[in-house]
Amino acid sequence: MLHLIRRGERLVVPFLLIIGWEIFSRSGLLPAALLPAPSIVLHSWADWAFAIDGSSQTYSGHWLSDALASCLRVLTGYAIATASGVLLGIAIGWWRWVERTIEPTVQMIRPIPPVSWIPLAIIWFGIADKPAIFLVFLGAFFPILLNTIHGVKTSDRNLIRAAAMMGATEQQMLRQVIFPAALPSIMAGLRIGIGSAWMLTVTAEMVAVKSGIGYVLWDSYYFLRYDLVLAAMVSIGLLGYGTDLLLKLLMQSTLRWQRGQTVQGR
Amino acid sequence: MAAIEIRNAVKIYQDQQRKRDLLALDTVNLTVEKNDFLCLLGPSGCGKSTLLNMIAGFESVSSGEILVDGKPVTGPGADRGMVFQQPTLMPWLTVWENIAFHLKLRGVHKAARREEAQLYIDMVGLTGFENHYPNELSGGMASRVGIARALLLNPAVILMDEPFAALDAQTRMDMQEELVAIWQKHQGTVVFVTHSVEEALVLGTKIAVMSCRPGRLGELIPLDLPYPRDITEAAFNDRKRHILARFKAEADKARKSAAA
Repeated sequence: MLHLIRRGERLVVPFLLIIGWEIFSRSGLLPAALLPAPSIVLHSWADWAFAIDGSSQTYSGHWLSDALASCLRVLTGYAIATASGVLLGIAIGWWRWVERTIEPTVQMIRPIPPVSWIPLAIIWFGIADKPAIFLVFLGAFFPILLNTIHGVKTSDRNLIRAAAMMGATEQQMLRQVIFPAALPSIMAGLRIGIGSAWMLTVTAEMVAVKSGIGYVLWDSYYFLRYDLVLAAMVSIGLLGYGTDLLLKLLMQSTLRWQRGQTVQGR
Repeated sequence: MAAIEIRNAVKIYQDQQRKRDLLALDTVNLTVEKNDFLCLLGPSGCGKSTLLNMIAGFESVSSGEILVDGKPVTGPGADRGMVFQQPTLMPWLTVWENIAFHLKLRGVHKAARREEAQLYIDMVGLTGFENHYPNELSGGMASRVGIARALLLNPAVILMDEPFAALDAQTRMDMQEELVAIWQKHQGTVVFVTHSVEEALVLGTKIAVMSCRPGRLGELIPLDLPYPRDITEAAFNDRKRHILARFKAEADKARKSAAA
């Protein structure tokens, strides 16, 4: 029983929000077209996903392919960002000369908002997947890179000594000591990175791509279909939540050794 | 051949901020014979850990030389097993994986690593905790893992840097007793750094007393008391009194020179 109440706890706030929103929309304080009620959003969404009555017009039944298109961009850009961010981060954190030669440049590029690369991305890569992937990469790369550097720099010096005592070569040191020692920090970077990745996919799709959930969102805005705008927003939220959940699972399985380190010992 | 030979070892640290050099160790000469259990005894900051780190190869000598098994020390290596002040176990590896880490570095496959680790796990009394992670261990258990890890290297010498300093008194006594038992069974050369007179007297076959600022090697006291040693025995107390008197004389001398 207590268990059921516990599970219900997390649903209370969304439930109240939706009820309040439904009542507010139906009260007529705002024109219904400006703030569609949740029931209407859900209806359009259902048509977008399963083509029940054609109410979402050209998008009817296209949700899955739109979602897949966005997911693929996120995944590609994110994978490139992860591989390069972790490798470069370890190199910068470990070798002083790499830090001295590369880090200033990286820190100079970092404050430039990824969105401001859109014009260049379009002229370099055209209107397709590539500019979106490039933006996703930019958004996810820096948090992953910085957290990796931090993880390497703060890894316990004594562990390095212990490994040297046991005869580790430099390559073994990096792979079997530095990388696992930095992993909690890298994982934190990955979780920040996935958030930026979704933000930038959607941004890119609104401007530079002709498919995906971000494109549907922007296109629906032109056709005054705020119900679809809202459905697209919720879709992004859910997809982002889903990918973060996957990361959390990955974290729990790779950082198994950290369990029992919470304050309450749970 | 001696297990360790230290000839005229000097360590000078450069203090960058104050632009002057600090003499940490002043011309240390010391020979450790095979199967000696040598305790380096001295107050904090007298350079005994520095000396140990130089034998381990973590720090270089400013002048002079250190030979282990006749070969000069140039850097850390698996011929010298170190047990650190903190257990310094890899937190992402289980007990047995930590103990067998050296074998993994040498590319030994898993079944053989697991088998060899078990020998040392049994030796230090950790049977049943093979698959625990370091954060699930008590302080005493973690230092056992550290000792097992050093023993598995089968090194020419084992270097121990106050490995029991962070343990409670009861656990420390148990660990000292077990260390002596393992050393007697396993045989080997041990250099053990400590600031506790009693610990040095319980463990060592020889005690090298160090004095402070700059770190110098004082008296080398051979101990022929039988193991396990009784800390309430008259012979034990005689030695303890002797060493404490030396410490006091050193401290007085230091105070006088500081006042002058």
